Amino acid sequence: MTEPRQPDDTQKGMSRRNFMKNTGLLAGGLVGGSLFGGLLTNQLQKPGAPTNTEKEDNHLLEARTFFSNAEDFLILSAATERLFPKDDLGPGAIELGVPYFIDRQLAGEWGMNAKEYMKGPFLQTGAADPYENQEEMTQDRGPNAETQVPTPAFRYQTPMTRGDIFTEGVHALEQTAQEKFETNFRNLEPEQQDEILQMFDEGKGKVNGVASTTFFNLLLQTTIEGAYADPVYGGNRNMEGWRMKEFPGPRMSYTADIEKEDFIVMKPESLRNYQGH
Amino acid sequence: MAKKLKKVDVVVVGSGWAGGVVSAELAKAGYQVVTLERGKKQDRRDYIGVKDELRYTNRYEMMQNLSPETITSRVNIEDTALPVRTRAEMMAGTDLGGGSVHWAGATYRWRPIDFELRSKTIERYGKEKIPEGMTIQDWGITYDEMEPYYDKWEKTAGISGEPDPLGDKRSNDYPNPPMLASPAVKLFKETTKKMGYHPYQVASGNLSQAYTNPDGEKLNACMFCSYCTMYGCDFTAKSDPLATVIPTARKTGNCEIRTNSLVRRVLHKDGKATGVLFTDTRTGIEYEQPADVVVLGAFSFTNNRLLMLSKIGTQYDPTTRKGTIGRNFNGQFNITFLGARGYFEKKKFNFYMGAGALGGAMSDFAGDNFDHSNLDFINGGGIEMRQYGDAAISSNHVPRGTPKWGPEFKKNSIHYANRSLVVWYTPAVMSWWHNYVDLDPTYKDEYGDPLLRITNRYTDQDRNIAKFGIEKCSEIMKEMGADIIDEDEVPEEFDHIYSGGHYAGGIIMGADPETSAVNNYLQMWEMDNLFVVGGSAFPQFGGHHPTSTIGALAYRAAEGVEKYLKEGGPLVEAKQATLNA
Ligand SMILES: Cc1cc2nc3c(=O)[nH]c(=O)nc-3n(C[C@H](O)[C@H](O)[C@H](O)COP(=O)(O)OP(=O)(O)OC[C@H]3O[C@@H](n4cnc5c(N)ncnc54)[C@H](O)[C@@H]3O)c2cc1C
Ligand code: SF4
Repeated sequence: MTEPRQPDDTQKGMSRRNFMKNTGLLAGGLVGGSLFGGLLTNQLQKPGAPTNTEKEDNHLLEARTFFSNAEDFLILSAATERLFPKDDLGPGAIELGVPYFIDRQLAGEWGMNAKEYMKGPFLQTGAADPYENQEEMTQDRGPNAETQVPTPAFRYQTPMTRGDIFTEGVHALEQTAQEKFETNFRNLEPEQQDEILQMFDEGKGKVNGVASTTFFNLLLQTTIEGAYADPVYGGNRNMEGWRMKEFPGPRMSYTADIEKEDFIVMKPESLRNYQGH
Repeated sequence: MAKKLKKVDVVVVGSGWAGGVVSAELAKAGYQVVTLERGKKQDRRDYIGVKDELRYTNRYEMMQNLSPETITSRVNIEDTALPVRTRAEMMAGTDLGGGSVHWAGATYRWRPIDFELRSKTIERYGKEKIPEGMTIQDWGITYDEMEPYYDKWEKTAGISGEPDPLGDKRSNDYPNPPMLASPAVKLFKETTKKMGYHPYQVASGNLSQAYTNPDGEKLNACMFCSYCTMYGCDFTAKSDPLATVIPTARKTGNCEIRTNSLVRRVLHKDGKATGVLFTDTRTGIEYEQPADVVVLGAFSFTNNRLLMLSKIGTQYDPTTRKGTIGRNFNGQFNITFLGARGYFEKKKFNFYMGAGALGGAMSDFAGDNFDHSNLDFINGGGIEMRQYGDAAISSNHVPRGTPKWGPEFKKNSIHYANRSLVVWYTPAVMSWWHNYVDLDPTYKDEYGDPLLRITNRYTDQDRNIAKFGIEKCSEIMKEMGADIIDEDEVPEEFDHIYSGGHYAGGIIMGADPETSAVNNYLQMWEMDNLFVVGGSAFPQFGGHHPTSTIGALAYRAAEGVEKYLKEGGPLVEAKQATLNA
């Protein structure tokens, strides 16, 4: 494996002039100074500028804004850690900030289903049922299937928002722990937690209003997203998720590297670096 | 009462490739054009510094907001359709430039047989080859007639590619050479060549070099930044309307482009369109835009729905199989783009780099390039290996048998993050009497107008062609040296996930008004100053990505509108039912 380095034609490795040459901005004579300036982000303008995200780890942003009940948040945290556990490869969900990521997602537009069609009637029988329990990774299909999180897709046919589903889902995890093991979900042994999560994954859990798979798939999807989304959303703390899979974060250009045979490991950079604030 | 605006020559609905090309061509020819777009305005500056996977890929930042309006979907004509509620279940474009901004850029022409599918199939294999109920038909135009329009669109878009060795006659090469090939693309091309196939680099709307198009618009070379499909390009390196036809239309001074303008009806009187009714989505104020010619280029869904809401033409009825509006819904999703995913132990690829249309392809199993005598399906498709460039959330593919979560998932997803690639088949999709669109009886949009309802069922044709493709892809993957190969499974039935924007039909073109809604200029048979442009005109879907065919048809339609403005009347003489299903 090679040492971390920058892509050849961005950041320190590339001058403004080379950048213009490579992109054809020079040859094409497309844009004058002002427009061009607007196109550049920090990667070109301030080579080597120190970046804050390397030192700070967002702790001031880590407070609950969705889950009002601290206990619910701890149950959620315990569940995410089982889905994406800490091991010798690197941090698990909790250390990556995944629970805070999920909390913030649920507090915002996505958690409130702001851009989804939420008018009734909500028919949850017949036509919708088969999709609740499907095993198949349906997003693996179709043009652009590449870009989807590999969790099963279902037909969303409930008046509950994603926020509601999480609240009910987390309560259901707790309820199941009490029924099965007579203790709190977060005090269970990891194997016992897994057993409950497995039940939910298989549609055998009981969640008010939706099939347990509906909740479980959302939980799994957001856990993976939280491990690997840009740190600006509260997860992937210190870009440790990206480091584990040698993902460099957003870059302006790979033109000089695209033909290279060897795998290139780059030091990850976040949106904050990229935008250059 | 709607506020009446000043009459113009042409009003165009939609600002993607379909609406954009028509707007630019007519504005260039000196006509007064108003282009109405429901979404907001946007330009290149909106994409600078926002290479953010969660926001664009997983939260669908650029896609249609479904809260005010969506579609409903069902499989059988006796089922109750349910709304497609979330953007994880449906991708459709909105905002200036539409889906044509966040497309990936993979560019293919369709084949001669696609345009004459019914007659050529009968000619070569006999009438029995077409099963009862399969409503495929000829387009009323041939590949040779389409060729100049393809050529024109490729030049406008600056398509970068090399010729398909099994491709059809072309008047010119692509205007730009192919993109650089990554090791994965080279591996695909070398392997398939060794297997005796005819690979080539996917022709792309990601430019290989700086280019000035015939309208004087300048595009730059693609940087392989990988934030491409589902994103706008911050370098003006992707062929899209924002980089080409929209500025071209604007600079004539003849085209006014109004964003936040949701068109809700086509107005008509005595068999002629008189204009459109639209609502400014910011103020709620209704306007009437009168025009001599109305052009719908608002993507398949809206093109269909507007005609139905406006009560133009005769709704298709599956029980009688009569009527033309809503007939032959078709498209590539779910059961298409299946293939084989390979996992490599000894190879590691730089898969965080890429571009929407970076890839290798072959046409050995496309169209009628192979003999179908002993095959249980019609037509074929391309085989592709694409390197979009996966960011960290997408690169979580694991070999089958790995649990979906927990320690083993984590280990494998990290291990294989840069070690897996997929080869897939992009088969043609046939049309059937039972696949169609109409208005939903129950669900409404925010104005109380019924939603569009899709009825779509798979058939043996779909399953057989998918199976065939998976086998071919798997063989290639094996030769490419994958250590683990996971073949996709063929789904039994449609799961209502509308992924990837390849939905078509409903307002189909043809030579016979009994079985088509528009003629080969995309002019409505029943209303000769109304043109309906886009994938809605496909009588069935070809075996490759659709957009260059949409671009070519838009040039054809623009020519038709101009002809109509000069001469009036129907531009094509109707042919009577010679090829009825
Ligand atoms: C993620 C993704 C990747 C893709 N990649 C490829 C690819 O690689 N190759 C390929 O060939 N194809 C690809 N496609 C398909 C491609 O995007 C479409 O074929 C193409 O954009 C269609 O162009 P159009 O002009 O018909 O529609 P659009 O570009 O979507 O334009 C239609 C416009 O009409 C507007 N509109 C709709 N209703 C109204 C209304 N009532 N009033 C006013 N305006 C309205 C919309 O807002 C939109 O702006 C992809 C699609 C997606 C979603
Ligand atoms: S990959 Fe190329 S065309 Fe696509 S967004 Fe990046 S620079 Fe633009």
